[in-house]
Amino acid sequence: MKPFAHAAALALALMAGTAAPVLAQSGPLRIDITQGVIEPMPIAIPQFVAESAGAQDVAAQLTSVIAADLVGTGLFREIPREAFISQISNFNAPVQYADWKAVNAQALVTGAVSTDASGRLIIKFRLHDVFSGGEMGEGLQFAGTVDGWRRMAHKVADQVYSRITGEGPYFDSRVVFVSEQGSKAQRQKRLAIMDYDGANVNYLTDASSIVLAPRFSPDGSRVLYTSYESGFPRIYVMDVGSASRRALADQPGTMSFAPRFGPDGNTVVYSVTEGGNTDLYALNMATGGRSRLTSAPSIETAPSFSPDGSKIVFESDRSGSQQLYIMSSGGGEPTRISFGDGRYGTPVWSPRGDMIAFTKQNKGRFHIGVMRVDGSEERLLTASFLDEGPTWSPNGRVIMFTRESQGESGAAAMYSVDISGRNLKRVPLPAGGSDPAWSPLQR
Amino acid sequence: MKSLGTIVLLVAALGLSACSKTGADRFGNGAGMDGANAYGAGANGAYGDPSSIGYFQNAVGDRVLFEVDQSTLTATAQDTLMKQAQWLLTNGDYKAIIEGHADEQGTREYNIALGARRATAARDFLVSQGVPASRLEIVSYGKERPIAVCSTESCYSQNRRAVTVISGGFSS
Repeated sequence: MKPFAHAAALALALMAGTAAPVLAQSGPLRIDITQGVIEPMPIAIPQFVAESAGAQDVAAQLTSVIAADLVGTGLFREIPREAFISQISNFNAPVQYADWKAVNAQALVTGAVSTDASGRLIIKFRLHDVFSGGEMGEGLQFAGTVDGWRRMAHKVADQVYSRITGEGPYFDSRVVFVSEQGSKAQRQKRLAIMDYDGANVNYLTDASSIVLAPRFSPDGSRVLYTSYESGFPRIYVMDVGSASRRALADQPGTMSFAPRFGPDGNTVVYSVTEGGNTDLYALNMATGGRSRLTSAPSIETAPSFSPDGSKIVFESDRSGSQQLYIMSSGGGEPTRISFGDGRYGTPVWSPRGDMIAFTKQNKGRFHIGVMRVDGSEERLLTASFLDEGPTWSPNGRVIMFTRESQGESGAAAMYSVDISGRNLKRVPLPAGGSDPAWSPLQR
Repeated sequence: MKSLGTIVLLVAALGLSACSKTGADRFGNGAGMDGANAYGAGANGAYGDPSSIGYFQNAVGDRVLFEVDQSTLTATAQDTLMKQAQWLLTNGDYKAIIEGHADEQGTREYNIALGARRATAARDFLVSQGVPASRLEIVSYGKERPIAVCSTESCYSQNRRAVTVISGGFSS
């Protein structure tokens, strides 16, 4: 149940005992994501050198995960190993840059894997700028448990990605979601958690009750979600490590759903339905104090805080159809921000604070889109029979969402797409999945 | 009464053939579901008994349907709810949970709120007909429990519903 309960021990330390790092070359080795990448950067990722007995297998697996992370962004193209002229058999031997230039590599990642006397896994890596013939940034070393090898691979890939793109990292993250099985009319739903790439799926609830829309706390240690286990939709908070859970306080005769944490990790905004009317409330989890944020006869739901906690974006049909509004986090008069054709719902504030992701319904199609916080520069990233429920990667560059297929055999799957609209991919899962929520970057 | 019983059974059979899943309320494990589980299929033989839950489901009609994105009760829905109210007033030992549902053409949270509007519209009508509010509860399933699974209006129209699930008596 706790795949990485001990992963907090994962240490990141400057690599000791090696030559002084070469100054970073920011010249040719650069991908500017905002400009839109048409041609992926060729990158060579030779298998990491196994420096101790028994490290061979983990070295191979780890290198594959690093390559999958980088290639999976759509920003990199891996050069096949058969094309290599040089081999990397000694991590500390000088790199023959001419050999890598000859196979058109622009970037080269070299690394080594060993286990120390206490059984910890040690991973070292360097990122090379082939054209300038030197290292980009400093070599780094990661140490952790052998079980945590995937996380260490993601950390290496995060370093490579961040150095080359200048963007924040996101591979070392998890996604909590609803695992779905069974036919459309008798779907069974379970709360589940996985690595961002679909690996290490763990189930947090059984399938005895409908569960919906889990959301991480800002530190990733807790999850809010809606469950029907009482017979009525009600909000629960679960400790991810222990899978222990409790219901949030609510009032008899009401239904509560659509919870989301504020950046303080203590305030929860959510919807309460009473007498057929749905409004927004805020709950102080520490004190149990509850305040009503909206009082309108319309449906107010799907609230999401701005990263600084000062504002809330939500959807309301007060105008006659679902639209997006922003108000102060204490309530008050909201400002409508969506004005295009169709209906807008499930707004989510980006971690950078500059954009809102949303679901749009128009002319019988569903879209995931993004807009500026003031509603300008609306851009639709996807189109299908049913796309909904976006969630942001920790660096605000990728969006994951639910895509449901059409018809009697319709099933839910999770997809990701860059905010440029490129690199649409299905998240590989053993079963159906919906309502993903991306964790913050793990520490 | 004898001939009525025959008609009721026929209607029930037609209902079963028209769509593959008629029992909206046996899904999940909510209180309403338990009620239906306890009385649903097992009551088949008792449809002729006007005080049976099978009779309520099939002869009275346990559900009303809604237009797209609406919670307004149609004339047909009001007619059905009037019969439901009469049945509930006659069979005063029973409570009911009214389940609101939506079709799949909407976002998850909004559909829960929309289902709540529909269930509330049905509940308020029953109360206006004299059924004590204390005997009625509502729950919304949004789009989580469709009874018809195709992705066309013929199925959507069946899924946009409020179902009155008889949930057992006070003392029985």
